[in-house]
Amino acid sequence: MIQTDSLTKRHGDIVAVDDVTIELGDGLTAIIGPNGAGKSTLLCSIGRLIRADAGRVVVGGLDVATTRSRDLARRLAVLRQENHLPIRLSVEELVGFGRFPHGGNGRSVHDRARIENALDLLGLEPVRGRFLDELSGGQRQRAFVAMALAQDTDYLLLDEPLNNLDPRHAVELMRLLTRLVTQRDLRIVVVLHDLNVAARYADEVVAMREGRVVAQGSVEQVITVEQLSDLFETPARVAEVEGRRIVLWE
Amino acid sequence: MLVTALATASVLVGVAELDRFVLLASRLPRTAALVLTGAAMAVTGLIMQLLTRNRFVEPTTTGAGDAASFVLLMLLLTTPGLPLAGKAAVATLGALVGVFGFLALARRIPVRSSVLVPVIGIMYGGVIGAVTTFIAYRTELLQELLSWSVGDFSGILRGRYEMLYLAAAAALVAWVAADRFTVAALGEDTARGLGLDSRGVLLLGVTIVAVVTGIVSVTTGLVPFLGLVVPNLVSRMIGDHMRRAVPLVALLGAALVLGCDLIGRLVRFPFEIPISIVMGIVGGVTFLWLLLGPASQPGRASRPAARPVPVGRRRG
Ligand SMILES: Nc1ncnc2c1ncn2[C@@H]1O[C@H](COP(=O)(O)OP(=O)(O)O)[C@@H](O)[C@H]1O
Ligand SMILES: [Mg+2]
Repeated sequence: MIQTDSLTKRHGDIVAVDDVTIELGDGLTAIIGPNGAGKSTLLCSIGRLIRADAGRVVVGGLDVATTRSRDLARRLAVLRQENHLPIRLSVEELVGFGRFPHGGNGRSVHDRARIENALDLLGLEPVRGRFLDELSGGQRQRAFVAMALAQDTDYLLLDEPLNNLDPRHAVELMRLLTRLVTQRDLRIVVVLHDLNVAARYADEVVAMREGRVVAQGSVEQVITVEQLSDLFETPARVAEVEGRRIVLWE
Repeated sequence: MLVTALATASVLVGVAELDRFVLLASRLPRTAALVLTGAAMAVTGLIMQLLTRNRFVEPTTTGAGDAASFVLLMLLLTTPGLPLAGKAAVATLGALVGVFGFLALARRIPVRSSVLVPVIGIMYGGVIGAVTTFIAYRTELLQELLSWSVGDFSGILRGRYEMLYLAAAAALVAWVAADRFTVAALGEDTARGLGLDSRGVLLLGVTIVAVVTGIVSVTTGLVPFLGLVVPNLVSRMIGDHMRRAVPLVALLGAALVLGCDLIGRLVRFPFEIPISIVMGIVGGVTFLWLLLGPASQPGRASRPAARPVPVGRRRG
């Protein structure tokens, strides 16, 4: 379970995350909201990539501010919105560093199995030997997700992982995430730009605006005309197609 | 293979008739010094590049060498006659402060201007170097100054170079800790996400760079370009995974120094051209070729791949 308690983060005058106290359950949680709502800041604060100004974050019983970073890295993997690799590595080498928190050098039988599994799950077999700077944005994105999976954690935080992905790979990734939730009992928090994707795959939706959590609940509770029109300050329509909610804008 | 061949040639070439004494007292030490210096300095270049996430830095262009020379000069002025090991220790401390000074400066450069990092390094080193040169000039110690900052292997004799094994050992430590350096180079956030102790890695890396710079300064003198050219060449060939890159970097570094030294000894035989001059030409041309050369795909090693301290602007 992930809990935040009065979490606050300021950037100068801007309060990016404003006194957020939430509890995120198991399964797949989607964070939605307009640009600048503080989604990334919240996610990165939970993943201790950003140090909050006030408040507490507890992930699986560990206080992220006081737990040793390496111990945390075995429980929680976090992937930023923009992933720029400053050095030249092959896909396989990058994914291999997912094993870094577990010590060793990524060459043990268990490590190898984890790496192969992650490459396989993200469909990276064909490009495993290629350098990342020679790949498309979507392939690179998948390589980073694979690294996070190789980390073999209980918690996975992803910030807009569908960026750069074509529909096929976006759908495949979301299916993979839901599969990981049921099969490996992984708890996943993912910032999603596409509300239809959130409506289709999320177990729980958290809506943010101006640094605050304005709604939290099931898809049925949060993906509604009133909530969305309010959240995005744009009249929304919600249709049902084959039993799924589809969001349309006026 | 290449290294063995070059090393053999290096041992065989010389003015004096090759006998047992010359072999043991001069030729072998010289060849060993070349190999050790070449390997260690090339590896320090790689470390600096991974720590700054910038392809265009190495110890001699970021103030390490200049700071070492500066404190050596001060030492010579205040307490002359210290043994070689003492000098090396002092030079190491100087290099340590010098590199940390550079990193503190580099940290202030905005992410978008990462191309400026090498420029800042050269200017920073230039300031220290200018002050040092001025003092050396006034105290008539320019000759000594040159011996530290400009590599010269002609005077290497048994008993005067063995400390270089320590420098090579420092480079070996870098190999053992290689994965940490690579993770550090993945970017600040990725490194933290993987639970890396960034400060520890920085301290280790800078210490290794300083130890090598300090020892090489007082034994053979620094060789320019080496730390720049070799890691870039290796990056082109096999990428930046440090555990894989270190052996190749060390070997190529040794080969390049051996080769340049041989050229310097053969071109005007029986006279010698200092290795720094040969290295300057060979290294400079190689580097230009790397930058402009045939395989200059975008996003390759030819680009300043990096940001010293990624702050990462986030937008929705
Ligand atoms: N490094 C930063 N420096 C200054 N302001 C920032 C920084 N990161 C985020 N912000 C600001 O904080 C607010 C929330 O940003 P963010 O969490 O990235 O929003 P979201 O991911 O929901 O679009 C925005 O107003 C943004 O401009
Ligand atoms: Mg964001």
